[in-house]
Amino acid sequence: MLSLIVFLPLAAALALLALPRLGDAAARWTWVAVAAADLALVVAAWLRYETPTAGRLAFEEQAEWIPGVNSSYHLGVDGLSLPLIAMTAVIFLACAIFALRETDRPRLQAALFLFLQSVSMGLFVAADLILFFVFFDLSIVGMYFVIAGWGHGNAARSAMKFFLYTFLGSLALLVGFIGLYIAADPHTFDMVELAEQTPLAGSSLAGGLVLAAILIGLAVKTPTVPFHTWLPPAHTDAPAIGSAVLAGVLLKMGTYGFVRIAMPMLPEAWRDWAWVIIVVGIFSVVYGALVALAQTNFKRMVAYTSVNHMGYIVLAVGAAGLVADDTAQARSVAVTGAVTQMVSHGLITGALFLLAGVLQDRAATYDMDSYGGLAGPAPRFAAFFAVGAFASLGLPGLSGFIAEFQIFTGSIAAAPVTAVALVGILLTAALFLRALQRIFTGETRGRSVGFTDLRAAEVWSVGPLLVLSLLIGVFPRPLLAVIEPAAEVVVELVGR
Amino acid sequence: MSETALWLLVLLPAVVGGGLALSRLERAAAAVSLATAVTTAALSVVVALERPRVSVPFMAGSDLALGVDALSALVAPTVAVVSLLVLVFSAGEIRESQARFHGLMLLFASAALLTATAETLPALLFAWEVMGATSFALIGFWWREDHRVSAGLTAFVTTRTADVGLYVAAGAALAGGAGLALGDLPAGSEGWRHVVAAGVLVAALGKAAQLPFSFWLSRAMEGPSPVSALLHSAAMVAMGGYLLLRTEPLLASTGWAAPAAAWVGALTALLLGAVAVAQQDLKQLLAASTSAQLGFVVMGAGLASVSGGAAHLVAHASTKALLFLAAGAWLTALGTKQLAGLRGVARRWRLVGWAATAGALSLAGAAPLALWATKDAVLAAALAESPWLYAVGLAAAALSAAYAGKILVILWRQLPEREHAEVEAHLDEEEPGTRHVGLLEQAPLVALALGAVVLGVLALPPFGDTLARALGEEPLHPTPLEIAASVVIALGVLALVWWRPVPVPEPGWALAWLGLERATQALVVRPTLALAEALARFDDRILDRGVAGSAAAALDLARRAATFDDRVLDGAVEATSRASLRAAEGAARDDDRWFDGAVEAVAGWLRGLGTLARRPQTGQLHQYYIQAVAVLAIGVLLLVTVR
Repeated sequence: MLSLIVFLPLAAALALLALPRLGDAAARWTWVAVAAADLALVVAAWLRYETPTAGRLAFEEQAEWIPGVNSSYHLGVDGLSLPLIAMTAVIFLACAIFALRETDRPRLQAALFLFLQSVSMGLFVAADLILFFVFFDLSIVGMYFVIAGWGHGNAARSAMKFFLYTFLGSLALLVGFIGLYIAADPHTFDMVELAEQTPLAGSSLAGGLVLAAILIGLAVKTPTVPFHTWLPPAHTDAPAIGSAVLAGVLLKMGTYGFVRIAMPMLPEAWRDWAWVIIVVGIFSVVYGALVALAQTNFKRMVAYTSVNHMGYIVLAVGAAGLVADDTAQARSVAVTGAVTQMVSHGLITGALFLLAGVLQDRAATYDMDSYGGLAGPAPRFAAFFAVGAFASLGLPGLSGFIAEFQIFTGSIAAAPVTAVALVGILLTAALFLRALQRIFTGETRGRSVGFTDLRAAEVWSVGPLLVLSLLIGVFPRPLLAVIEPAAEVVVELVGR
Repeated sequence: MSETALWLLVLLPAVVGGGLALSRLERAAAAVSLATAVTTAALSVVVALERPRVSVPFMAGSDLALGVDALSALVAPTVAVVSLLVLVFSAGEIRESQARFHGLMLLFASAALLTATAETLPALLFAWEVMGATSFALIGFWWREDHRVSAGLTAFVTTRTADVGLYVAAGAALAGGAGLALGDLPAGSEGWRHVVAAGVLVAALGKAAQLPFSFWLSRAMEGPSPVSALLHSAAMVAMGGYLLLRTEPLLASTGWAAPAAAWVGALTALLLGAVAVAQQDLKQLLAASTSAQLGFVVMGAGLASVSGGAAHLVAHASTKALLFLAAGAWLTALGTKQLAGLRGVARRWRLVGWAATAGALSLAGAAPLALWATKDAVLAAALAESPWLYAVGLAAAALSAAYAGKILVILWRQLPEREHAEVEAHLDEEEPGTRHVGLLEQAPLVALALGAVVLGVLALPPFGDTLARALGEEPLHPTPLEIAASVVIALGVLALVWWRPVPVPEPGWALAWLGLERATQALVVRPTLALAEALARFDDRILDRGVAGSAAAALDLARRAATFDDRVLDGAVEATSRASLRAAEGAARDDDRWFDGAVEAVAGWLRGLGTLARRPQTGQLHQYYIQAVAVLAIGVLLLVTVR
């Protein structure tokens, strides 16, 4: 089941490459069909999913791969990864639909995104560090080509910066993985075994160093302050669907690594360094929001709010490391919130970046002051944008609130000082409302004149993302019922 | 059955409102909205009688729980009925974008109803913030005018600043171990309970526009009049006071939060009362009086007089909705809301004039109208607590008589012939007036005026005593002396304002709403924006350039390596190859002579090479990776340098 989910898009990508005479329209629709089929498979998996026993995975698949180093082709899902693969499938389908109007090498673009989809799915279901790492690096390669090949502005430079920065980060990650491998007895790269063994328990120096390597690797990808400077140029110059995948899916690979690798495998080191992680989280929240507030370029602004939103996750997982007897429930609430935030941010920021693509498509600028009164000529665009903005600032009724409420409630209960980060929700409220005001209200002026409202493909790609955010915001139980048991397990593992 | 009614009470306006706001049903909008509002009002009566409780699992181990008790049985119907009356008025008043307007108003009402019935913190916060967001959309409803959108932004961000208190309260409640149900909050552990109380207090003061948050209410006047009418009377602002009434046991349990609430309420009533007296714009006057009147509700919550506070809240809802709708009707008809432009207006539209008069008299605390009785109930509790608090409350009551008197003078005072031109100069200064007040605008005023007259029964025996007992309080009655004092003060001040036409004092500090908005701009908004700009520059110029700098350094190093590679390594290789060529030539010469020996030598050389080639093949994956990385890195460097 999982292998099919992972490799179906890749097979389609190869087929698209092998059939150069396929028409553009056929290529575009093939992409949509395959993305839809993959989503259908994920939905089927979700319906059949039953919470596995603590420490185990559902739908496990294991085959020999590199026996010499005890690395196997091992896949599986639990409450941490299932929501993420579902979110990934949704984002990629939305991108496929959005790209139905693409005229620049659509066949190649479809193949590249299908490849990226396989890689992203693979990362979230990987249960072996080597497999994880391979997917991690391939995602960087894929995104490099997306930005360099279909970007605008200074795309080549931004793509190179993105590639080098995140690739260097992945090397740190690899060093950490090798450290885990060496410390494990017997040596293994298997995630389930490593989480059981907790290889570096008892040696705080080695444990700290390995954790540091892994944290740096993940922090670059997430990104947290001060490793975030690749993000704004990458987003600004990436095509809309590239930004949506980058922010929606690729950033989650970093935060997912925290809950999947760092916390269960290095619980002692995690507890020792919890305060550092919390401080980095708070710093990312406040710094990201403040810098976003000062932006005049819409896409750069959303990019910095991603730093802010990822900061909440880092903050929550850090707070989960402050183990005390009477805060187990609070810490599990915080981790649940963190995973919810991964899903929620994917949907919302994916939608916002696709909407930013509309600005670029119609008027070729993201500069907010070039617009004004856009609600007049483009009421539907304004409505979608407003919903996305309110979702992103954490308004109840939309998914961001469910995530952030749990993050704050859990974190504040575990570490009251984290309340400082609440400043973040004020700043994001102010900056999104200011953006709404700058672009959409007042007299219709500047580039807003003659702006065409959303087209069908845009409505049907962005709309479902916002509807999902609304559904999660109002009926969070189906999602939380999957995440909560897994979050409890993580909290238990960190407490060992 | 009654459980379904409770769900529907919240869901029906939410779903219909959300649908309307996104639809383009311009023609049917008002009809759909009114039908929904009527149904909602009926549902509110049903749940008030049946008192159902419902809940579904939500998050953080807490439910989304709604329930109706004695307090919400009073407040929920108030919200629903006032919403209905305001929507009837809007059906006549709002002519453009009706679907969006009615949709947002229904959403707003739904959020207020959820606030009124919420029994857990997640449910409360859910409604609380949706209320803030819809207020943004409603205040900035005429979005083509930038200042209106800015006013909405101010309202949302200011109230959200206070809302942060509820997030803190939720965290503290979870840590305190008693759970997130509102009723359980006083049972939390000692230390955390103080944090919960502080958070709730701040959030409520923000929404109720109490000091120091009151300035957002002044800006909120940029919204359409029906929005002001609902926002000031039964939703949003009123809900701030309501939250304190609902959490009164928590405030009392801390020992400090209740007196703090009482004093903040009293001071707000006093200072914002002075602000109201100084205003020259009718809507601004009414807005300041809302803060001041909510001060009495907050006082009630702080003095454990939930019945008095709740009665004042309901009586004020009717009174204030009435006055705002009247102001809106005149604004539409005459195009002005300046007091100077409204002189003698009650004589022009008699029904509106008399209704507004009833409202103004109630606001003044004239016996036996609604706010007279309810305010005295709160003041009686204040006297039992502290004579100082009572004195401040009485002074605030005198101010409310003064600003209400100011309205009455404007409404009724006969206009001398020579001043006609002066008044007419104000006409149409804000928008072109229609010179017409329609039936749909007038009908709700009558109902609300009735409320402003009779709702005092909520604080008078026998009904007031029943209410107090239902809320678990011993009924408290003002002594005849107190009643006499309040009656004399109200009538005395009214008489003073009416008979002695010396200009009412309008000091600058009061006219500018105590300068709170300017202070906030100077102390919070501008420094934050400056910090944001500075950090953005830091991010671009230092952090990013640092990264770019190390990349450049790496490139430089790579260039040096390349030079080294060309000159030294490659030179050495060339030299080696030249040497090997020469050796080969020599070998070739020798080959002829020593064929057999040469074969042996080659075989030996090959063996050596084989050993060498085996070395990197360790089977160690990480070493393969390092090689792959090295090759990739070299590839990237080559790419960069060759480019």
